[in-house]
Amino acid sequence: MKIVVAGEKKEVAEGLTVAALIEQEKVETPEYVTVSVNEEFVDQGVFESRVLNDGDEIEFLYFMGGGR
Amino acid sequence: MAFSNEQLERYSRHIILKEVGAKGQKKLLNGKVLIIGAGGLGAPAAMYLAAAGVGTIGIVDADEVELSNLQRQIIHATEDLGKAKVQSARETMERMNPDVTVNPYRVFVDSHNILKLIEDYDFIIDGTDNFPAKFLINDACVMAKKPFSHAGIIRFKGQLMTYVPGQGPCYRCVFKNPPPKDVVPTCKQAGVIGAMGGVIGSLQAMEAIKYILGVGDLLTGYLLTYDALKMEFRKIKLPENTSGCAVCGDYPTITELIDYEQAECEGI
Repeated sequence: MKIVVAGEKKEVAEGLTVAALIEQEKVETPEYVTVSVNEEFVDQGVFESRVLNDGDEIEFLYFMGGGR
Repeated sequence: MAFSNEQLERYSRHIILKEVGAKGQKKLLNGKVLIIGAGGLGAPAAMYLAAAGVGTIGIVDADEVELSNLQRQIIHATEDLGKAKVQSARETMERMNPDVTVNPYRVFVDSHNILKLIEDYDFIIDGTDNFPAKFLINDACVMAKKPFSHAGIIRFKGQLMTYVPGQGPCYRCVFKNPPPKDVVPTCKQAGVIGAMGGVIGSLQAMEAIKYILGVGDLLTGYLLTYDALKMEFRKIKLPENTSGCAVCGDYPTITELIDYEQAECEGI
C-alpha cells in the first residue's frame, strides 16, 4: 500500500503499525515523538496497535529545545 | 501622534507598503513585544523588532554574555563579554533605534514571575533553550490569553509555531509534557549552526509584526520545520481537534503553572 510519511510517498507492507513505521523510519528518540495520522494525533500508548491504511498521511513532530 | 520627518524617512520602506502604511507603522510604534531569552533566537528577533520601530520591547534573561554565545547571538559583541545579556541587548536596540523603549528583566522565567512579566505585552516570543521554560511560557500564555511564537533550534534544524488564543493548538497540544532531562539534546550538547537563530528568530519577529499589524496569515494550526542541510521548509498542518489538551482543552487538568526540573543548559 502507499502512504505519505513527512510529505514523501512510500510503498509499505499491508498491516504496518505506527510503531513499525517509527522503527522503519529510524525515528530519533521514538519514545518522545509526536505522531499525527491524517491530521489527528495518535497516542503513544496505541503506537503498537494502530494499523495504517492505504493513503494515510503520517507526520512526525519532534521536540526541539534549543534557542538561546 | 504625528510622525517626525526623521521617522517618515526611517520607516519609509514600511510606510510605502500597502499592508503597513502610516497607520500600520503607528501600530508598530504602539506595539509591545516581550522576548524571553536574549540568545540565538531572541537576538535577531529583538533586532528586527527594534529596527521596525516596535515601540516597547521587553527582554528577559538572567545570564551574562559569554564567548561561546557570540557565534550566533548577534545582538551581543566581543566588548559585551561579562555584561548582563539584557543590558547588552538593550544597548544594541537603543543604538539601532531611539524610538524604542527597551525594558530589561534580568531574571529567568518561573511560575511566580511569568504572568506578571507577560501581562503588559501584546505578543510574546519564546527564545528559550529548555523545555521547562517552553512549557511554562505556553501554559502562561494560554492562561493569560496571550499570543506567542514558539521556536526551537538544534544542529541544522529549526521549528516554529504561533499560538493565538482560540485559533488553533497550543504547544502542549502537540508535545504534551516536557521530555525527561537529557533525553532530547540541548544546543550545548548537540551544537547549532549560528545562522539558524537568524532564520527562525527572524520568522518569530515576522509573526509578531504581522500580529501587531493584523495582516496576513499567522502560523497558527501549523508547525513550520526547517532543515538547512536538505534546504527544506515544511509547513505541517496540526490536528484541529485539541479539545483534550491538558491546558487549552475543554476540561483542562493543568490550571496552575508548573516549574519543571531545569535541564542542563546553563550558559548556552
